[in-house]
Amino acid sequence: MSKSYPSDSVGLVSPQRARFSEPLPLRCGREIPEYELVYETYGELNKDRSNAVLICHALSGNHHAAGFHTPEDRKPGWWDSAIGPGKPIDTRRFFVIALNNLGGCDGSTGPQSINPETGKPYGPDFPVMAVRDWVKSQARLADRLGIQQFAAVVGGSLGGMQALRWSIDYPDRIRHCVIIAAAPKLSAQNIAFNEVARQAIVRDPDFHEGRYLDHNTYPAQGLALARMLGHITYLSDDSMREKFGRDLKSGKLNFNYDVDFEVESYLRYQGESFSNRFDANTYLLMTKALDYFDPAADHNHDLATCLSQARCEFLLASFSTDWRFAPERSEEIVTALIKAKKKVTYMEIDAPQGHDAFLFPIPDYFSLLSTYLDRVAREGGF
Amino acid sequence: MRPDFEIIQQWIPANSEVLDLGCGDGELLAYLHREKQVRGLGLEIEHPQIIECVRKGVPVVKQDLNKGLHNFSSQSFDCVVMTQSFQQMDKPDEVLDELLRVGREAIITFPNFAHWSARGYLGLKGRMPMSKALPVMWYNTPNIHLCTFKDFEELCRQRSVKILDRLVVDSLHQSRWFINLMPNLLGEIAIYRLTSL
Repeated sequence: MSKSYPSDSVGLVSPQRARFSEPLPLRCGREIPEYELVYETYGELNKDRSNAVLICHALSGNHHAAGFHTPEDRKPGWWDSAIGPGKPIDTRRFFVIALNNLGGCDGSTGPQSINPETGKPYGPDFPVMAVRDWVKSQARLADRLGIQQFAAVVGGSLGGMQALRWSIDYPDRIRHCVIIAAAPKLSAQNIAFNEVARQAIVRDPDFHEGRYLDHNTYPAQGLALARMLGHITYLSDDSMREKFGRDLKSGKLNFNYDVDFEVESYLRYQGESFSNRFDANTYLLMTKALDYFDPAADHNHDLATCLSQARCEFLLASFSTDWRFAPERSEEIVTALIKAKKKVTYMEIDAPQGHDAFLFPIPDYFSLLSTYLDRVAREGGF
Repeated sequence: MRPDFEIIQQWIPANSEVLDLGCGDGELLAYLHREKQVRGLGLEIEHPQIIECVRKGVPVVKQDLNKGLHNFSSQSFDCVVMTQSFQQMDKPDEVLDELLRVGREAIITFPNFAHWSARGYLGLKGRMPMSKALPVMWYNTPNIHLCTFKDFEELCRQRSVKILDRLVVDSLHQSRWFINLMPNLLGEIAIYRLTSL
């Protein structure tokens, strides 16, 4: 590790690649004949392989959860605040795995990959993924790494849904399930936001029904709009007011339709930078996976019955100003877990940041996470 | 261990399921889990206390007890415990109903406002009583619905609550023979074990 990194950083990391030739049957009825997963690991796997923690990423995340890829990187991985030596997910004790989900656009097999059946990129033909498909592929990666049981599976937002799915589908392979700022299923309002985002993309003239690569174009405008909309829902009214207020970009009103307010400039920047790095088909796929997630549907819509299969202990956290997945949504999971007589700890954390709070080192939140995981490590004897 | 916990634990059978309302740092539940294999869940609102529970491995949910126990199904716990929080509730009468809806039994402790020292304090000094059991000034006390043993037992009668056991103790939670001669005058804290009629 270079000395130029902070002592609580995992430092320089390199992604790894695992190739799977066994077909993966999917929720949608199709299968992927072969695929690759890109992942990163931080820390050391102990002798009895009991100290592994899986980090599941949210909508726009990937395998790069902590540390830096090159010494020149300005930004570390997306959850660097929580993962590292001495941080809540302490890499001196845990072996941490983060991967790019199937259908992603950061190296794992996805819409940009070559379809072995046609020799051309999958594009819109890439199967729509469900959360359980990701979990299945993650379990196969765990097999590959020799990990029979995770000390904990951890995720925020869409990542929290994967953690929840792990507890249901692989009850013997997970000791603790950490679900942050998630929901047992999307509300109609959530789905509506996702649909507007998808429409922004598919109505972009450069979308070409998802075959933009064949046309050498890219629906950058649509994707930017989708991200702008998403971004608004991830922040809270308070955090936007605090960050931008009604501050003017040029100090005066222009009486045209260019950028007047700082918040407009910020959203445009966020939208554009996102559309430069993210694949439009992946965005459609990830939002659909969110919409479809509803584990209780297989159990007569009774979440408690569904969760009675789980054997792990649960930690849930929500944030007071999160309106995309409000605390009440986490409480639905908590109530079902209590009813199913599972061990559960839950805390709503006062935080102004909205849904995005799960990425910030908020003291109450991090003390909860680190105290819980400290206990997980103590119980595991590492 | 806190002396009132010492008393309470005698009333909780091994392997039972216990909900502790206002569980503080989780000491009681940790003890019950360790010594009696009790499956416990604590509700608490203070962050540092919740963290202490997490450190001890006690499952805990952050919840404001004044908002009720709507997220718990009826008769889902063998015993619901509430120590020294009853007098701090917005609506203690409704809390009592909720305790016995969720639990087959309930254990409640609270300070007695009719203790001779409180009577003397108000009677002689003309000021709101302060004592070991009531150590806070009237304006910043969390105890907003103080009552006496007689008041509480009258409430139980009205609400069809059966008193299974009552232990009246001093502020150190010690039982003394003479207290039971005139409990409403001499008892500082009561520990009640209740069930629905």
